[in-house]
Amino acid sequence: MADGHDGTTSGETAGTVVESHASTAPSSGVAVERADRIANPGFRPERLRVTDLDPAKERQAERTVSGLFLLSVAGSVLAVVAYVAFPIVEGEPNSIRLNNLFLGLGITLGLLGIGIGAVHWSKALMHGHELVEERHGTRGSDDTRAKAIEVFQAGNAESGFTRRRLVRNTLIGALVATPIPAIAIFRDLAPAEDPVALLKQTMWKEGVRLARDPSGTPIKASEVTIGSAFHVIPEGLSELESHKLEEKAKAAVLLMRLPLDRLNERDDRKGWSYDGIVAYSKICTHVGCPVALYEQQTHHLLCPCHQSEFDVANHAEVIFGPAARPLPQLPITVDEEGYLVAQSDFAEPVGPSFWERAL
Amino acid sequence: MSKRIETDRTMHSTSPASTRRAGRRHPLAAASLLVVGLLATGGAYALATTSATAETTTASAQLVEEGGKLFAANCATCHGLQAAGTAAGPSLIGVGALAVDFQVGTGRMPAAASGPQAEVKPVQFTQEQIDAMGAWVAELAPGPAVPPERYVSGDGDAALGAQLFRINCAMCHNVAGAGGALTQGKYAPSLAGVDPVHVYGAMATGPQNMPVFNDLNLTPEEKNDIITYLKYLEQNPSVGGFDLGALGPVSEGLFIWIFGLGGLVAVTIWLTAKSN
Repeated sequence: MADGHDGTTSGETAGTVVESHASTAPSSGVAVERADRIANPGFRPERLRVTDLDPAKERQAERTVSGLFLLSVAGSVLAVVAYVAFPIVEGEPNSIRLNNLFLGLGITLGLLGIGIGAVHWSKALMHGHELVEERHGTRGSDDTRAKAIEVFQAGNAESGFTRRRLVRNTLIGALVATPIPAIAIFRDLAPAEDPVALLKQTMWKEGVRLARDPSGTPIKASEVTIGSAFHVIPEGLSELESHKLEEKAKAAVLLMRLPLDRLNERDDRKGWSYDGIVAYSKICTHVGCPVALYEQQTHHLLCPCHQSEFDVANHAEVIFGPAARPLPQLPITVDEEGYLVAQSDFAEPVGPSFWERAL
Repeated sequence: MSKRIETDRTMHSTSPASTRRAGRRHPLAAASLLVVGLLATGGAYALATTSATAETTTASAQLVEEGGKLFAANCATCHGLQAAGTAAGPSLIGVGALAVDFQVGTGRMPAAASGPQAEVKPVQFTQEQIDAMGAWVAELAPGPAVPPERYVSGDGDAALGAQLFRINCAMCHNVAGAGGALTQGKYAPSLAGVDPVHVYGAMATGPQNMPVFNDLNLTPEEKNDIITYLKYLEQNPSVGGFDLGALGPVSEGLFIWIFGLGGLVAVTIWLTAKSN
């Protein structure tokens, strides 16, 4: 920029038209006033409104404003009428809809009529001449400032805040102590036990039967036909005294049966399925949404939140989307009565990554 | 039934006979009457049932034959003449009459073109023809049959149906049954206005990429509860007013970003503009 303007450094190369100035590189701190600056155009001439020029238009605007206020009155009356005319009848959800709709329309009309009327009044009818009001400094006058200091000093003298040190210091101590109960209370919102253990363990353990959600009835292997998908909770979840939802959120499992020739298993996990029946955690390894959009022909599981896709036929590996790890597999087998049972808990923590997660 | 009545009569007639030993009836009269009665009712019953079975056998044989012809003409190109499947279409052995009723009854089959998913289109056959093809396919191997009326009546427990729907169906079909997207062009269709038999058929047979929910997973009564819930949704509009297609945060977010924020911008411009 500077080079182009002063013309000394860019040089007067042939063919270029450069207006040559004397070396005018300003020293710092000097205001530069350019000769070719654009003149301040000032304010545009004031445009008068139609209501200023034409008395007929003014009367019309007046009528519009009072009309809007009358509309507001009508709206308020309508709200009362609607409340009586469309009562909420127990057992009829549609009556709530009608009641809300007409009550809301009435109140909306009541409020909007006042608001729009008032704005239109001020815009079209109230004094509309433009004027310039200079900005004033924020610093108060010396008198005001002296008065303020005087007030502070008088307060200090009367209360003895600086003189009575014991009172002042105990007050500061009391103020410091007040947030302590909050810390104690809010600390209790966090789990009392080690949260890492809680995140790593679920209700599943050796011999726990796989049960239907929500009835809690156990599932026999023979009931899971090819192409089936069962939504599974551990047996005994419904009988839990407390933390039922927390346990369900960790232990929820999707049970699917694939044709044996389609199932590709890891060598060390060959014994984790039963006759093509596989069980995978329903909690997405991305941010923990329930993954249950199962396509029985492609054997893909889709997470509805961020479109992570898992291939159930291929040990639930991630084939698309932001999930970082495959879904944890629940090792299953059958007990002597033919019911599906877990061999153990999940081998890894379910759900999204967390700070202390080892894998 | 008739046997018990006969026995009752016998008891009534024997007791007076035994008290008045020198009666006009022979002591064996009651016993012989019983034998005659039993033979008569039994014979009549046997005759009636045989003729009835014979009639239904001929009727279903005709239906199967008719279905076989329709299948050969309309389906065999992709599914093979014996429905054993080809590269273009899966085997239909063991899918049952209900799968045929769903696929053909909703117009998905015969498919117009191969694609990610067979689309719903105008139904190509009459219900009789569909039933005939179903009978032929059911004849190949046992499979789910068309459910009796009481399982598709929609007079079950809507609350339980809603719970089952949320657990088993809502992740794909949306909690209000509005449908949703799946992977690579596939989608779960909207369930509004779908015939209850077809809803039942989809659950029982698992068409295309939908998983199977057999009768041991969701019992026929539970399937009816789900149908009841879907009917309830259709008959009771959203209590909260406009449901914007019940698609959830997508349509609601789009609405508030365009109309909510747009409205705010318009009001702001109007407030600050000078009146003309």
